[in-house]
Amino acid sequence: MMSHIWLIPFFPMVGFLINGLLGVRFKRSWIHVIAASAIGLSFLTTIILFVDLMKVAPEARHFEDVLFNWIVAGKFKAQVAFLIDPLSIVMALVVTGVSFMIHIYSGGYMEDDPGFRRFFVYLNLFVFSMLILILANNFLLMFVGWEGVGLCSYLLIGFWFEKDSAANAGKKAFVVNRIGDFGFVLGLFLIVATLSQHGIWSLDFDVVFKNAPLFSTTTVTAITLLLFVGATGKSAQIPLYVWLPDAMEGPTPVSSLIHAATMVTAGVYMIARCNVLYSMAPVSLEVVAVIGALTAFYAATMALVNNDFKRILAYSTVSQLGYMFMGVGVGAYSAGIFHLMTHAFFKGLLFLASGCVMHAMAGELDIRKMGGLKKFMPVTFWTYMMATLAICGIPGFSGFFSKDEILWQSFHRGHIVVWLLGTVAAGLTAFYMFRLTFVAFFGKPRMDDELKHHLHEAPKVMTYPMIVLAIASVVGGYIGVPEVLGGSNRFEKFFEPVFTGGAAHALAHASASVEFLMMGISVAVAVIGIIVAYLFYIKNPELPVRLANGMKGLYTLLYNKYFVDEIYNSLFVQGTKDFATFLWQKVDVGIVDAAVNGVASLVEWSGGMIRKLQTGYVQTYAFSILVGGVVVFVYFFWESLF
Amino acid sequence: MLRAYLPILILFLVAFGFAAFAVVASYLLGQRKPTRVKIAPYECGISTPGYGKTRIPLRYYTVAMLFLLFDLEVVFLYPWAVTYKKLGLFGLVEMMVFIGILLVGYVYVWKKGALEWD
Amino acid sequence: MNLNQIMTLLPLIILASFAMGILLIGAFAKNAKGTSTIGYIALASMVFVFLSLFLFVGKGKMAFGSMMRMDVYSIFFNLVFVVIGVLTILASISYVKITGIHSGEYYALILFSMIGMMLMASSTNLVMLFISLEMMSIPIYIMAGFLRNDDRSIEASMKYFLLGAFASGFFLYGLTLIYISTGATSYQAIANFIAGTQRWNLSKLIWVGIAFITIGFGFKVAAFPFHAWTPDVYEGAPTSVTAYMATGVKAAAFAALVRIFFSVFSPFQHDWTSIMWLIAVLTMTVGNFTALVQKNVKRMLAYSSIAHAGYLLVAFVAGNAMGRSSILFYLLAYAFMNIGAFTILMVMAKKNDYHEDLDSFAGLGFKYPLTALAMSVFMFSMAGIPPTAGFIGKFYIFSAAVKSHDYWLAVIGVLNSAVSVYYYLRVVVYMYFKEPEEEIPTYRFSAPTVFSIVLAVWGVLQLGILPGDILNIARHSIMALM
Repeated sequence: MMSHIWLIPFFPMVGFLINGLLGVRFKRSWIHVIAASAIGLSFLTTIILFVDLMKVAPEARHFEDVLFNWIVAGKFKAQVAFLIDPLSIVMALVVTGVSFMIHIYSGGYMEDDPGFRRFFVYLNLFVFSMLILILANNFLLMFVGWEGVGLCSYLLIGFWFEKDSAANAGKKAFVVNRIGDFGFVLGLFLIVATLSQHGIWSLDFDVVFKNAPLFSTTTVTAITLLLFVGATGKSAQIPLYVWLPDAMEGPTPVSSLIHAATMVTAGVYMIARCNVLYSMAPVSLEVVAVIGALTAFYAATMALVNNDFKRILAYSTVSQLGYMFMGVGVGAYSAGIFHLMTHAFFKGLLFLASGCVMHAMAGELDIRKMGGLKKFMPVTFWTYMMATLAICGIPGFSGFFSKDEILWQSFHRGHIVVWLLGTVAAGLTAFYMFRLTFVAFFGKPRMDDELKHHLHEAPKVMTYPMIVLAIASVVGGYIGVPEVLGGSNRFEKFFEPVFTGGAAHALAHASASVEFLMMGISVAVAVIGIIVAYLFYIKNPELPVRLANGMKGLYTLLYNKYFVDEIYNSLFVQGTKDFATFLWQKVDVGIVDAAVNGVASLVEWSGGMIRKLQTGYVQTYAFSILVGGVVVFVYFFWESLF
Repeated sequence: MLRAYLPILILFLVAFGFAAFAVVASYLLGQRKPTRVKIAPYECGISTPGYGKTRIPLRYYTVAMLFLLFDLEVVFLYPWAVTYKKLGLFGLVEMMVFIGILLVGYVYVWKKGALEWD
Repeated sequence: MNLNQIMTLLPLIILASFAMGILLIGAFAKNAKGTSTIGYIALASMVFVFLSLFLFVGKGKMAFGSMMRMDVYSIFFNLVFVVIGVLTILASISYVKITGIHSGEYYALILFSMIGMMLMASSTNLVMLFISLEMMSIPIYIMAGFLRNDDRSIEASMKYFLLGAFASGFFLYGLTLIYISTGATSYQAIANFIAGTQRWNLSKLIWVGIAFITIGFGFKVAAFPFHAWTPDVYEGAPTSVTAYMATGVKAAAFAALVRIFFSVFSPFQHDWTSIMWLIAVLTMTVGNFTALVQKNVKRMLAYSSIAHAGYLLVAFVAGNAMGRSSILFYLLAYAFMNIGAFTILMVMAKKNDYHEDLDSFAGLGFKYPLTALAMSVFMFSMAGIPPTAGFIGKFYIFSAAVKSHDYWLAVIGVLNSAVSVYYYLRVVVYMYFKEPEEEIPTYRFSAPTVFSIVLAVWGVLQLGILPGDILNIARHSIMALM
């Protein structure tokens, strides 16, 4: 079976092709079945591969499936080849599994949309690209997937392109991602440039990592930082996070799948994949950890005051991605991936729940106009609650294990500032999530009567996937129960062959009491956050208003997202536009076009001149033959003399 | 190599020179007394009837051309006749083909009416 | 002459018999004006010739006592002529009907001139070369004037004949000088003579002879400054004849040129390269620049044909095996794209209005999308845009120039090619982006015409996408020549 890794991305591709090429005539239900079963088959294949992989000894869990030579340029060679090891199989399981659920859900969510087919075509293409990204055995193929998911993200954010805001959001995502990709590509160039000096012409992970000692510390730091620039773009970290909140313009399943569960985690995956390189560059790791912690905190603050259901979740996603970068940044790669996985479950679910709410509320997203949804939408509410408890890190839920692992690892490895930011952000997370919960689901309904009459639970095709994800959100953490709680942290063990650079074992074993203390602190912080939210939004609803009035400055700053969009706009966007206008009007029109047109006129003018030789008289023609003949004759006679 | 042609050149020059000398000399030395008879096209014989630049029908040229064409082709028969014995049967067949081709042309010309005078 | 030799001559014999047969049928038929039956008979002859050609593949046989040689090189060119013949005849069938041309004479003359072309490609003797040149040219002089009610046509015929006779004079004189200085007419003997004599001991008349032969060929392929007749004649001649001579005469002349220059005059390659270089550059440049300002598409194509001769001369100047084989490839490619373009002009021709100016193409893309598409393919190919035959052809020609380290020639060629894009694409722009000023008339598409266009499009794309086989054959043919 290991030689059939290609099947995993193959099925989504087939789904994409069938619906894309032939789907115009298909009924909607067929399209849905084809798209979802393509992902389902892919999921099934992944599970089979996973089972097979588990049968193999841990050291040998590394399989490659070479399809064909893709680029052969001089000595450089890149193949289309897939790699299965613990890291990629987990990623593949998460991606195909969550995608499968969301594909099913989307059938209900998009039911009445005129772009039904287009949606599923893009979605399948996305999953295909994502799997290429994950399964690639070399940087170049990974980059293809990387760009592919970027493209799908663009297409799906702007899915309702007739809306200006959606089209602009898509554009913004694309442009911001390009900045990141630029760094990523430079990183690849640097790898090739360095390795080729040693006669190695390959971008295969194996080869690059095996030859990592050839890099100097400066080079590897540069490489890893450049790759991280790519990661900040794709995974919405400071300073390139700005596109993700706007990306909520896309259909909600897209927000769930691409902008919460899978694509945005690509940066984390990439760093985990390159752990060998990162472990050689402590400076880069420090940068990753600090950026991650700052993002976690910073994004959480913005979520505090926002009133848009999906945007709160979007900031939350940015914040949670920050946690993952914290994890990989402190060298706890498996903790980062662990959180990636649990986050995929609960954040995917949260977005799906928000989709149900949107459906029920006829597209309304302002939480101030909701309230009391609990009793109208019980299934949505309860699944949503599971996810919320998970993200807040309530013990027993998946988020607890993964987030705690990250916080503990950062503390344990001596990154106190990082830990502190993370812990505070955990409190903020609990607060804004429960603020959202209390405002939207509890209290009195604040929508108008017509809308209230309209409120309904989502159809089964939407709720069932949510239930599945809710179960995953709860139990998903038990594969990585830390040893101190009596578990064996199987998850981390599983990754050991991949994260040899992680140096997890080089650390002295910490005392269990410190670990318990840390755990206690994070739980306490979370509980405090929940209690504050309760006080603010259930017990005493005037309090937040007064608080906001009292701290007008801070509130305005947060409410306007620190004015970052405006700053970027005036700093970069406007400057670029002005420069572009200058290039266009002065340089292009004034110089380039003028030169080109000038040459064209010259050519045309000379054509007109030459044409005058064409008199139409035979004698002229004969004369020209004669003159030409004389020249040729003289020339040859001259030649004969030498 | 060119020296071999020198006598020819000399001969050429002499001939040209003599002719030029004769014309120029007679022009300079001779006296001119034109009479009506002297400037007539012919000094003797029957005087020309009609105008000298009569138009000749196009047909004339067609026929002349065709005559020339077939006449020239027939010239090929002479060398063939000389070596006929050497060529044997093959030569006969080949000449048959040749004449056959001419015949096709002849039939075509005939059929097109090129041989009819009006 | 034995059976073997007759077999070698079979394609020519077939052509000659059919030509004479058609001539007689035309003469005896009640009304032979525009009859399509005769066209189909001519087409049948092409099929027979095509089949007979397969009997010779790979056999370098001599005939007429070594006056001609049927080798792979000649067979390649004969196939090119068959392609040209098939495309032209298919396209002519309805054009002849519209213009009321006498079918019998028309097709017979096409076949007669094709005999000349085939002989030109295979002749290995100066006398044979001249006879075949005349055999090709004389029918075309006549055909150029086939539209007897059209002044332009008669003028074209007259001009072509007068200037052709003038150039033939040069050519014949050149051949004579070669004979005088080497004492032989057979290529083999001349080559042996030159090879066996010191350069200093050779008569200077050989160079003069080469000069005059160059002039003669220069006239036939329409190279500057012997090209002046081309626009007038191409424009005036019936379109089908223009297509035929633009491709056929050019191919035949290049066939003979390459054969004689590279197998007989190759010791003088250094001598001729510079002047040919100059001629190639001027030919390309004059052709392209003048084509730019043409409003009549047929005339534009005439100038473009001069430019194409220039490209071919670039390959000739490059002179290496790649250059020589790219001449072969390019001629075949040119046959497809040029006849294709002219066929579309033929479709658009009406009895009294030939619809040859650019304005007639305005908006064609909307009323006749497929025709416009085909025309676009031909224009793209002529401009040398992938994935068409023209691109591959130009690519190989310029590569050959680069390979022989003649970078300037390649650069000038590419620049010229860039200039040419302008006027080729202008046709496409007119077809798709311009509103027609008056209503586009209804054009009728007969089956043979459509077939001809489809065949031409197929050829252009086939050679553009999968050129490997033909390139190999061309390379092979060139080897046979050496």
